[in-house]
Formats: sequence, C-alpha cells, structure tokens
Amino acid sequence: MIARFLLPVALVLAPVAALADDTMPPAPFAYRQLADPAKEAKAKALMETLRCLVCQSQSIADSDAPIAGDMRNQVRLRIDAGEDPEAIRAWLIQRYGDYVSYAPRVTAATWPLFAVPLMLIAVAAAVMRRRFVKRNAA
Amino acid sequence: MLAELGLAMLWLAAALAGLQLVAGSVALTRDGEGLGGIVRPVAVVQGVLAAAAFASLIWLFVQTDTSVKLVAENSHSAKPLIYKIAGTWGNHEGSMLLWVTVMGLAGGFVALVERRLPERTMMATLAGQAFVSLGFYAFLLLASNPFQRLNPAPQEGNGLNPLLQDPGLAFHPPTLYLGYVGLSIAFSFAIGALVTREVGPAFARAMRPWVLGAWIFLTLGITAGSYWAYYMLGWGGWWFWDPVENASLMPWLAATALLHSASVLAARNALRAWTVMLGVVAFSMSMVGTFLVRSGILTSVHAFAVDPRRGGFILALLAINIGAALVLFALRAGTVTEGERFEVTSREASLVFNNVMLSSILGIVLLGTLYPLVTEAMGVKVSVGPPYFTPMSAVFAVPMLVVLAIGPLLRWRHDRFKRVSLVLAAPLAVTIIAAIGFGVSGVTSTMSLIALSLAPGLAVASLLPLRGRNLARAPLSLWGMVIAHLGLAVALFGMGADGAFTKERLIAACVGESVDVGPWQVKLGAITPVAGPNWTALEADLVASYDGAAPDHLKPQSRTFWAPPQTTSVSALHTRWNGQLYTVLGEEAHDASSAAMPTGRWQLRLWWKPFVPMIWLGGVLVALGGFLALLSRVRQDLKRRTVRARGDIRRGDREEREAA
Repeated sequence: MIARFLLPVALVLAPVAALADDTMPPAPFAYRQLADPAKEAKAKALMETLRCLVCQSQSIADSDAPIAGDMRNQVRLRIDAGEDPEAIRAWLIQRYGDYVSYAPRVTAATWPLFAVPLMLIAVAAAVMRRRFVKRNAA
Repeated sequence: MLAELGLAMLWLAAALAGLQLVAGSVALTRDGEGLGGIVRPVAVVQGVLAAAAFASLIWLFVQTDTSVKLVAENSHSAKPLIYKIAGTWGNHEGSMLLWVTVMGLAGGFVALVERRLPERTMMATLAGQAFVSLGFYAFLLLASNPFQRLNPAPQEGNGLNPLLQDPGLAFHPPTLYLGYVGLSIAFSFAIGALVTREVGPAFARAMRPWVLGAWIFLTLGITAGSYWAYYMLGWGGWWFWDPVENASLMPWLAATALLHSASVLAARNALRAWTVMLGVVAFSMSMVGTFLVRSGILTSVHAFAVDPRRGGFILALLAINIGAALVLFALRAGTVTEGERFEVTSREASLVFNNVMLSSILGIVLLGTLYPLVTEAMGVKVSVGPPYFTPMSAVFAVPMLVVLAIGPLLRWRHDRFKRVSLVLAAPLAVTIIAAIGFGVSGVTSTMSLIALSLAPGLAVASLLPLRGRNLARAPLSLWGMVIAHLGLAVALFGMGADGAFTKERLIAACVGESVDVGPWQVKLGAITPVAGPNWTALEADLVASYDGAAPDHLKPQSRTFWAPPQTTSVSALHTRWNGQLYTVLGEEAHDASSAAMPTGRWQLRLWWKPFVPMIWLGGVLVALGGFLALLSRVRQDLKRRTVRARGDIRRGDREEREAA
C-alpha cells in the first residue's frame, strides 16, 4: 500500500543523474503552480501520468525526489509555453523510454495489454450468452 | 532461550500440520476412519503452537533482544512500545510468521466450531488446509527463520523504516493478513468439497461465513491502507494502482465474486462449479499477492526479501498449490453439475453478471500488474498505471454498478422486468439529474462525471430493497446487503469528488503570510522545532479558517528520524462534514541563485478535498454491511443448532419413556 520515494541508490539512471542534483536548489516550478489555472490543470493531469524514475511506483505529481521536481518544472514550463501535453509526453518517452509514461502505448511489446481486455469482453459476452440462451431454449 | 523455544514450537507446529495432512487423508479411506478423531484436536494444537511462537517473537521485539538477528535488523530500543510490537510484522520473516499464525488459528477455529458439513468433507478440508500450511511452514523454517541468532550481539538495533512508524502499521498488515489467509479456509473448503463430491447448498452455507469474515478484513485492510497512503505520502493521493495495492485488490475482487456466487449456491443450488472455482481463485490471488510483495520482484518498502531464493520458494509454493487445486478441479469438474437453472431476468442472472464483471476486472488488474514484469523479462521496460487501469476497469465496473441497482429487486429464478421497472424510475431520475447538474457546474473529467452521476442513483437504488418493509422487522442480512451496497455508492461519490472538486495550492510562504485554498484561508503562524522519542522535527502552526469562521490550528511537521536517518513530512488534516483540509510542510524555500541562502519562506502544500473522506467512509460501510450479514448467518446457525439440540433431548426423553 505504500509506494514512495525510496533510497534513490537502488536505481541510478544515467540520463537522470545529469538532471537532478541534490546540492542545487529545486527548479522554479518544482513546487510552484502556474498562474493560469487552466494551464496548471493541464500540467497536473499530465504529471499524474508520468513516472518518477527513481521512485517506487509514484508519479512525478506526488514525489519529493529531486528528479521529480525537475520533471514537474519541465512540464510546467512547456505547458506554459503552449505545448500540447501529448507532445511533452512524446518528448519524455523519446528521452527516457516508455517506462516514464504510465499510459502504455500500443507497440509490438504491449499490444496484449489492449487485446486481452477486448478478449475479456468477448468471453464475458459468450459466457452470458451461453448460459442464458441455452436456458431459454431448454 | 525464548528464541530457541519459539523455533522449537514452530517446528512442532509444522510436524503437527504434517500429521493433520496424513491423518485427514487416511481418514478418507475405508480402513482409516479411526484416525479421523485426532484431526480436529491436532488442527487446534497446531494453531495454538504457531500463535505461541508468534507471541515469543513479539516478546523478543518488546525486549529489543539484539542477539536475535531479526530484532537487531529491524528494531531499536528507543522506539515507542507500540512500534516495537508492530515492528514484529514490519519485516519479511515476522510477517510470514504472522501469516502461518493466522492460517493455523483459522484452521484450528474451523476444526473447533464447524459441524454442519459431513465429517468426510471436513477431514478433506482440514487435510487441504494442512497441505497449504505445510508449504508455508517449510518456507518459514528453511528460507526465512525469524528466530536466527546473531553472535556477537550488537549493542543497538538498526531501527524501523520511519514510514512504517505509524499507528497504521499496527493494524494494516494484520487486518489484510486475516483477509488473505482467511481465504485459505474457502480454498480448503473447495478442495474438501471437490474431493468428496459434496458441492451443494450445505457446502456453500458452511463456507459463506468464513468467506464473509475474510472479506470484511480485506475490505477494512484495503480501506485502511488507502487512507494510510493518503495521509502518510503527503501528496493527497489515495490509490495509485501500485502493484502492491493491486495485490490486495485482486483477492478482494475474487472474494466479492465468491461471496455472491456462494449466496446463489446456498439459496438456489445453482452455480456449483463456478463457486468452487472462485474459492480456488480467491486464495490463489492471495498467494499471487504474497509472491509479488514478498519475493522482491517489485522493489518497494513491502519487498523485504531481497533474496531471490525466497522468491523462487514462494513461486514454487504458488505453482504447487494452485496447480494441484486446478488439477483436482479438472478431474472433478465433470461430476460437479451446473445445478438449478434460471432465466435472464432473475436474481441469479444478475449475480452471474456481477460475477463475470468482477472476474473481468480481476483479469484487467492481474494483466496490468504482471505485464510489465513480462516485458521487462523481454528487455523492454514499460509502465502501466492509472491511465490504463481506471478506464479499463470502468468498462466492466459501470455495467456492474448498473446491474447492482437492479439485481437485488429481482426475484429468484424467474421475474419480469416490467414488475421492477417502475420502481427503478427513481434512481434513474436521480442519476440523470446528477449528471446534468454536475455537467453544467463544470465537472470536465469524464471519469469523475460518471462516478458523481452514478453514485446518487446507486445510493437510492441500494435502499430500494427496504421499500414497503417494516424496517424494524427487516432481516439483518437484508440490512447487511443494503448497507454494503450503499457504502459502495458513498465511496464512488468520494472518488468522483476527488477528481472533480479538489483545490490545490503549492506555495512558499513567510511566517505571517495568508494563503487561500478553496473556501479556506490559511495563515502560517509560526515554525517551531519539536523533538520526539526518536526524531526531531520542524512544526508549522497553520491557522485555518473556513469561510471566515473561527480558526482551527493544524500542525504539519517535517520530521527527521535518526535511526535510520531519514526525513519524512507528516501531514496535518482537518475534517469537516463536507471535506478535508490537507496540509503539508516542506523544506525551507531556497534562493534561486544559491541553495545555501535561506529565504525565510517555507514550502507549503495545501489541498481542500471536498467529500473525499467519503471514500473511506464508504469502505467502512461496505465492511459494516458484511459484518451485519455475518452476524445474521452466525445467529441463524446458532438458533438452528439449539433447536436441533433441544430436539435431540426431547427425542432422547421420549425414547427413555418408551423404553420404560
């Protein structure tokens, strides 16, 4: 039930190390909201679906890790500059890989994630159809 | 000395589990019936021994006996007593000992009180329980001995992870374990019934209270865990679809389905094979959860086991138990007929629908939790999170909730939809009004809008089964169902409200500065240092006023522990009838040019969360509903038992008179 910022030693990611540095002050928008509530809402929605790379199962929207602060800053700055949230996600995926996004894309490796639910719907429909149609006929 | 005694009792308990398995199995054969007499007492003693071993471990933690490795690694003499005790299960070995203790006690309890089933089925059930226990005893004794000594003993222990030093830890794991392991009883009943081919209403009635009990604890455990994460993490999130959370949700989904199908089996002698299958699946999900959490496959606070051997061990246990159960099921499924029949518009049919939907949600959660492990093994790291789980499970949850509104109004076996359609106009109207109302008032998130619209209608519908009844005379089990379903509606509203109405404010404030968040005005009164038994902290005095009313004081802390050294923020919450104010004190804000320059401004995180506590209130209501249902079952059972006992006495008297 607890998922949180764990000892970052466990997972040191090379590109991340350059971004986050404990001795530096947090980036300006790490703990500050955008002035425009509409833009802030957009940024917040996006942040909630991005993974904090050094944490255990936490989004960057709810982590105290320095890297999460830096990523929040990036997201807010880019949203403020008028960028589309999905474009920012694509940029982050290009930089850190699919791991950074909590919203899986349909790729060669992930298609079963989307095929199985469709199959489940079909199976559920079939199970109920079989049970009930047979009953009526009987 | 106590550590050795504890270990000896554990070995003895394991040996008794072996005896229970052998005697229970032999008792099933024609020649071995004589052995049946010892199975129940053995089960009871085995449970008591496991509990005694667990009690000795608790005592070692209370004494901070650092010559025991587990204590040295996880405790500290300066810790408050409650965390010394709770620390017993705040680690891998201790929590596995808690697991076998609960399992042993549950088995002993069944052996002691369960008299409804044919004795042969009981023997098979207790043998099955012993089989599962034996695996976990082996795991404990061979791969995670909690009583291992350390020589030389260190002066002081390492302490407990500060995140675990919270009253939540004292209750959350034991509650969840009671639920997880309680399902082992359902599993053993299913095994017992399969072995003796006694799958029928009597089996369902005997199993139901145990499933209900386990399900109540699971519900409470999940609710408490969610609230704990909410206030401990300091960011106001309450459900992350984290694998560890999913590990507790999956058994709950299966147990919920099992509960409902067992009701159909008990009342109508239908859904036989399905109920047995769910009994197997529910406990399998508990074991999958344990595997995920304990094996270290997910690196998290829960994964105390870093030793891959342990992971392999649990995986083997999982494969043996589930595999054996499924093979048995495959062998016997042919002889377990479907049972009574029913039509599309009947209560059974709506319960079948609910079962299929719950199982599908279970499938989604299982897939989303395990799939990243699969791709990682193939060398691709992906994340599956809320953007996947929430809509995918909603696809099945929304139709299920709609049927939940209708099902309880239908009659068993055969009904006409026309009969109930007029009554259903009320919840339908409420739903439509809510949808329009919230839509117009600017709720933009689709998921929130669905939840906020469905919840009021569902609440009305959940009360409908009481319509036209004398409320004082309505059976307790009916009240149980109504309250549990109402709880679901309440929780759903809270979930929707969080997404739709939460106001967030992140700010670096000077002492004396005021901040607005929603209807609240919050002033940073002061920052003062405070000290606890094993930590020091900075504490903010926040003076919060709701809509100009008399102010309340909230005192969030930024707390630094010294054993082990770690900083956590301790949130402060203020609850009103219409929501919760959530405050967190962060670090001192830094100058943009240099980290060393203090600015006298403090990072504050403030949230106004209207109606969000309804999530946990709903969870508690669901559990309360389960408790009422359990109470009514137990009461009926006791009544039946006394009636039968009286009948026996009377019959005895008559026989005596006739003989005289």
